[in-house]
Amino acid sequence: MNWIDLFEEIYWSLSANKVRSFLTILGIVIGIGSVIAMVAIGQGAKDNIQASIQSVGSNLIIITPGAQRGVGSQISSGRGSAQTLTQADADAIKSSVAFIQSIAPELSRRYQVTSRGKNTNTQIIGTVPEYPDVRKVEVTDGSFITSKHLSSNDKVAVIGPQARDDLFGIDAMAVGQSIRINNIEFKIIGVTKAKGGSGFSNPDSNIFIPITTAQRYLAGDTYVSTISVEAQDQESMAAVQQDITNLLLQRHKISNPQAPDFSVLNQADIVASASSITNTFTILLASIAGISLLVGGIGIMNMMLTTVTERTREIGLRKAIGADRKDISSQFLLEAITLTFSGGVFGIILGWILSLVVAKFAGINTQISLSSVLLAFGVSALIGVIFGYYPASRAAKLNPIDALRYE
Amino acid sequence: MIEIKNITKTYNTGEMDFQALKGVSFTIKEGEFVAIMGPSGSGKSTLMNIVGALDTPSSGQYLLDGKDVSSLSESELAKIRKEKIGFVFQSFNLLKRTTVIRNVALPLLYTGMPKDQRLVRAKEALASSGFEEDHYYHLSNQLSGGQMQRVAIARALVNNPSLILADEPTGNLDTKTGEKVLETFTRLNDKGHTIVLITHEYDVAMHANRIITIRDGLIEKDENIKH
Repeated sequence: MNWIDLFEEIYWSLSANKVRSFLTILGIVIGIGSVIAMVAIGQGAKDNIQASIQSVGSNLIIITPGAQRGVGSQISSGRGSAQTLTQADADAIKSSVAFIQSIAPELSRRYQVTSRGKNTNTQIIGTVPEYPDVRKVEVTDGSFITSKHLSSNDKVAVIGPQARDDLFGIDAMAVGQSIRINNIEFKIIGVTKAKGGSGFSNPDSNIFIPITTAQRYLAGDTYVSTISVEAQDQESMAAVQQDITNLLLQRHKISNPQAPDFSVLNQADIVASASSITNTFTILLASIAGISLLVGGIGIMNMMLTTVTERTREIGLRKAIGADRKDISSQFLLEAITLTFSGGVFGIILGWILSLVVAKFAGINTQISLSSVLLAFGVSALIGVIFGYYPASRAAKLNPIDALRYE
Repeated sequence: MIEIKNITKTYNTGEMDFQALKGVSFTIKEGEFVAIMGPSGSGKSTLMNIVGALDTPSSGQYLLDGKDVSSLSESELAKIRKEKIGFVFQSFNLLKRTTVIRNVALPLLYTGMPKDQRLVRAKEALASSGFEEDHYYHLSNQLSGGQMQRVAIARALVNNPSLILADEPTGNLDTKTGEKVLETFTRLNDKGHTIVLITHEYDVAMHANRIITIRDGLIEKDENIKH
């Protein structure tokens, strides 16, 4: 029996029982569909998280002050965190660590900001002209802080779009106006581009001022709260991170590298840990979907066994007119595979629709990967083989004499 | 053409052995129309299974066209059935919800013949069995009993077998329809087909040219009929 004849036979016998074939397929459709959708949603969530981490800057290493240590250390009262990083640390990193693209120390604290009767409480970031490169901040109106502002301790500010909306009204012209930070007047020279985000750390409500101005007029000392370093490329990040750690340990005279008074965070580590969380969830969701796929497979086996019983006389007849075991078993096995495989096709379509719906209503940018589609095809065909094999071999082993007499 | 030599068949039913055939011998020549007759339990069904290459004898020899069929394997028997034997069953055994033409062409499916040729052969066979041409594409379950048996006869003819084996072909038909089906067998025999008819009814057996009567696993009578 050639393939075309075989498929024609299968088409006839499956379409003779349309409703049952459809219901049997449904289990596989739902199983494959939910696996596809779950993986797509998981992948989308992972990409979302990665993108939002990457939007802070690329190849980024962030140095923050760590826990106060030892006897007699001061408790920070002003900046809300330990004062262990200084402007001098930043300068030392800049001059002695290789593979650094740019470095941006910052001094951040929340202050009350006022303008003509409106006021807001927001993050004031004292920083340097390199900051926009390192942290992926763009200026839409005016310009960012320059080194000239830095050297002359100018009282100028670049404000985020949210801060501008709060202080001057939505989309108001802010450049050229002035605001008062901690009762000191600053002139606005630029507005940054909206980045999105919300809550306490909304980057759109930040206000940037020269770090020297912040140190002199607002803080009164030369500590910094964060140093952001951009490595030249992905490969040099580990080396840069190690060099910075060694340099700071040496500068801070700490002999035990296990107890530094600062921490150096590699962006890749953050991405990796976030990815591992989303991966875990994806695996969890996909396994639950996989169970429904298994149940669907058992449904196929159940239907095939029923079919073999129902069609005992037909099998007997086919054998009597010359079909051998191979003809019978290949027909029934291929029937099962056809069912699961077409279930797989419809399942992929269903999963695709589901992930589009999720993308539209949950805002997750879902992605269907080719590998998950291929896997779904493979798995559905495999389920057909596994759950079709037993019924097919039962059909093939039927004795034609008994099968023809079967009532 | 068919040579049965001292065939026995013993069934093992657990506690005791049951001997359904106790040494049967006969020869059927090409072009004969033979009825094998006997009451139920006589061993005629067992004999039919062996003649139809559905089963093998416990001892003895069965030569079909000079080939020894008595000790073949399951798949070799399937090949013999495919090439040399056409079956007509009491309960027709047509595929449900399937067109007449597909039912008739079914045996050719396993021979590897191309589809267009299969359909040509199926139409020829349907014409020989006297089936109405405008019903070729009707579904099998829309047919009357007589029509169904004609389709079954066409199916038995389609692979041009050495032997047509009919097991109680009129058992599910009324007398008048049964009569017509038997006339079809007579007509096919006139054209040279070898036919073996298994029945328990004397009236049916009388359509054949020769009646072999089986009783208790042995041949009781082997007589020629003059029409």
